[in-house]
Parts: sequence; C-alpha cells; structure tokens
Amino acid sequence: MSFWSITLATLAKDIRLEWRSKDALNAMLFFSLLVVVIFVFSFDPLAEESRHIVGGLVWVAFLFAAVVALNQTWARELRNQVLDGYRVSPAPATALFLAKVLGNFIFVSVLEALMAPLFVIFYNLHVLGPAWQLIPVALLGTWALVVNGTFFAAMSLRTRSRELMLPLLLFPVSIPAVLGMVAATTNILTGENSAHFYIVLLLTYDVVFTTACLGLFETVLQAE
Amino acid sequence: MSSSAIAPAGLSAVSLSNVIKQFGRFAALRGVNADFEAGRFHVILGDNGAGKTTLLRALAGLAHPTRGTVSILGKPPHEVCHEIGYMAHPSLLYDEMSGMENLRYVARLYGISGDDRCRWVIGDVGLDPDLSRPVGQYSQGMRQRMSLARAILHDPKILLLDEPFSNVDVHSAREMVSLLKTMRDSGKTIFLVTHQAPLLDGVADEFVWMQAGQIINRTPHFDARTTPAKQP
Repeated sequence: MSFWSITLATLAKDIRLEWRSKDALNAMLFFSLLVVVIFVFSFDPLAEESRHIVGGLVWVAFLFAAVVALNQTWARELRNQVLDGYRVSPAPATALFLAKVLGNFIFVSVLEALMAPLFVIFYNLHVLGPAWQLIPVALLGTWALVVNGTFFAAMSLRTRSRELMLPLLLFPVSIPAVLGMVAATTNILTGENSAHFYIVLLLTYDVVFTTACLGLFETVLQAE
Repeated sequence: MSSSAIAPAGLSAVSLSNVIKQFGRFAALRGVNADFEAGRFHVILGDNGAGKTTLLRALAGLAHPTRGTVSILGKPPHEVCHEIGYMAHPSLLYDEMSGMENLRYVARLYGISGDDRCRWVIGDVGLDPDLSRPVGQYSQGMRQRMSLARAILHDPKILLLDEPFSNVDVHSAREMVSLLKTMRDSGKTIFLVTHQAPLLDGVADEFVWMQAGQIINRTPHFDARTTPAKQP
C-alpha cells in the first residue's frame, strides 16, 4: 500500500464526487460572479486605478469563494460518517489531507481560470509588469489558501457552527499570505515595483504551513 | 455479575481492562473488564444508552478510552486496524457513488488492487457488483448489505458490526446471519450489536449483556428472561 496510491485514489474519488454533484464549483462560481458584478457597480475606476485595486478585489473574491469549497470538502465526509471509515483503515492521515488539498487546489484553480478573464474585461486591465509572474503568484497564493483552509475546515468539522468557524480560524492566519498575494499582483499589474520579494514570501509561507499542517493533521483527524 | 469474573479461559482476541469512556460528565463505559475468545461470535445486547455502540467504537479505535486499555490481538486497536472490519450504524459509504465504486476506493485504502475481491464480497452479501445505481438510491436493506461488504472487504480477523439488521427484512437478515456464521466458522471473531437477538440464537457463541456502561452478564444462549430490564 503506497502513500501516493492512496492519495491519488482519494483525489480521484473527490473529483468524481464533485463532478457528479458540482456543489462546490457551482457555489464558488456564482459567489465570485456576484462579487465581480457588485464591485463593478460599486466602483467605476479608470484603467490606472483598476491596476492599483484589482489585486485586492481578485484575492478577496477568491478567498471568500474558496471558503465555500473548503466547507463542502469535509461536509461530504461527514455524511454517513464515511470519515470514520477512513479513520479505522490503515491509510495514513496525511494521504487524506494531501488529497483534499490537491482537490481544493484544482477546484479553486478552475474557478480562477474562469474568473480571471472577467476581471480583465470588467476592469479593462493591461498588465504593465512581467505578466508571466502572475502564474507563480496565482499558484502559490492558491496553495496558501487551500492548505490552511483544508486544515482549519477539518478542525472545525465537529463544531456546531463550522461554516462560521472556518473563516474565523482561516482569515487571521491567512493575512500574511493575502498581503503577499495582493502586493505581488498589484506590483505586476502596475509594473512599478518588483514582485520578487512577495513571491519568495508566499513560497516560504507555503512551505512552513504545508509542513505544519501535514504534521498536525493526524491529531486533528483522530480527535473525537 | 462482574464481567472480569467470567472471562473465558481460551485464547483472548480482545481484552478490555478497566475501560472508562466519558463524554463530558457522562460515563458511557464504566470500568469494563472483559476478555473475548478468538474465533467466536459475541452478540452484545442491552437497552438504548447501555454503552454497546461506544464499546464497539472503542474496539475499533474510534473512541479513545478516558481510562483503561483496549487490546486487540495483543495490541492497541490502531496498530491492528488492518485486522479490524467495522460496520457502523450509518453506512460509511458515499451516496453519490455506486457500490462497486465505493468498495474500489476502500480497497485502495487497504492496499487491495484489482476488482476481483470487491466483486466477490458484493456477490457474497447477495448484491450485484454490476449495479451502477448510486448507493443513495439503494433500499435500506441493500445499503446494510453493502455496508457489510465494506466491513469484510479486507478479510479482517475481527468483525465489529453495529446493528447490521436494522431496517432489514427477516429473509435478508437470515441470509446475513448465515454469512456471518460461515465467517465465524472460518475463524473470524465477531462482535455484533443488535436488538434482534432471537435471530442469532443457536448461531452466536455468547450473548453479552450491557447495562449503564457495564457488562453485567454473559450467557451462551439468548433468553429474554435474562435481559437486564427483567432482572430483580
């Protein structure tokens, strides 16, 4: 029994379940669309102003939308107590965690790929800095959101008001990452400063929190 | 009757030593001491709230004792989890996937490759492995059977079954009993929680009576007159 075969089997199972129900993707998509439309009606910025604020708008929209997916991830493990089925098996807890993180990463990335063109159109964006750097920022930023989000969603699983608990736990811990994502995105869009420092910050954040979450997840999973 | 005083003399598959399980101020298990022989069929009986399900969850390693120790095949439950098959009151199955898809996933968790074993156990519990309907559309009886298939998929030595006959018709329940008897005869140790004990009279080796978090009696045959509620 290999760690990766269990991780991939769990990931494939999660993708199959999401493909059939589309619970998380639909909820995230409509939520993000709403945010974009509300922001467009609330502000009417010039192209220059857009470049300064859209980094923040994009990541706030993705952060809130991700919370919807993160809650769904574990909610389906509670139905019929299937999580207990995993707990009594010899499969490692970290394989489950990693599969969930990878699954959420895929779902949120799909959302970002669908929503990014809308932001470009609605805010009339033209990237003045090195546009390719948006890719590592998006990948590292998304990973930062989902790795902590998956962990805290599992922690809040057995609380009575888990939908409320997740943002309360997740948002404060995500502040350094969100600052990094927003600053890096703004620097790339405006071309005024280098985003290098913030990319390294996001990378460091991801390594530290991925390691911590992997190390602590067994305790979270086995908690009663 | 003290449970420690009636421990069988044979090889012990499961051993509980002064097991206390508290949920806040409520003690679901109150100092359970017992040894259970390997290769036997133990039926756990008692009223609602007697501690049967908590006992089963402690044996499965899902409920950690507040005090005392649980030993399965001489080790803590989490060290022998590949030897434990657990069927809970809920199905432990994904409603959106078919029975075969569910078992295929569980098989990977236990390191079983290929579909042969999955097909075999689904057939063994009287279901069709080619049924493509999601489990959410199964009848309650079919769901119970699939849940049993899930529990026996990895051929465990110890089977823990929590109310496998609930909402199952008598014919299907008898078929399940027959399958369990075959498994016991092949050397499995079975613990089964039920409120339908008469179904198992003549099949089970021991009836274990629980009341208020304690084992109060162990008898070789089911006799409704020995139920805790009817004791003086």
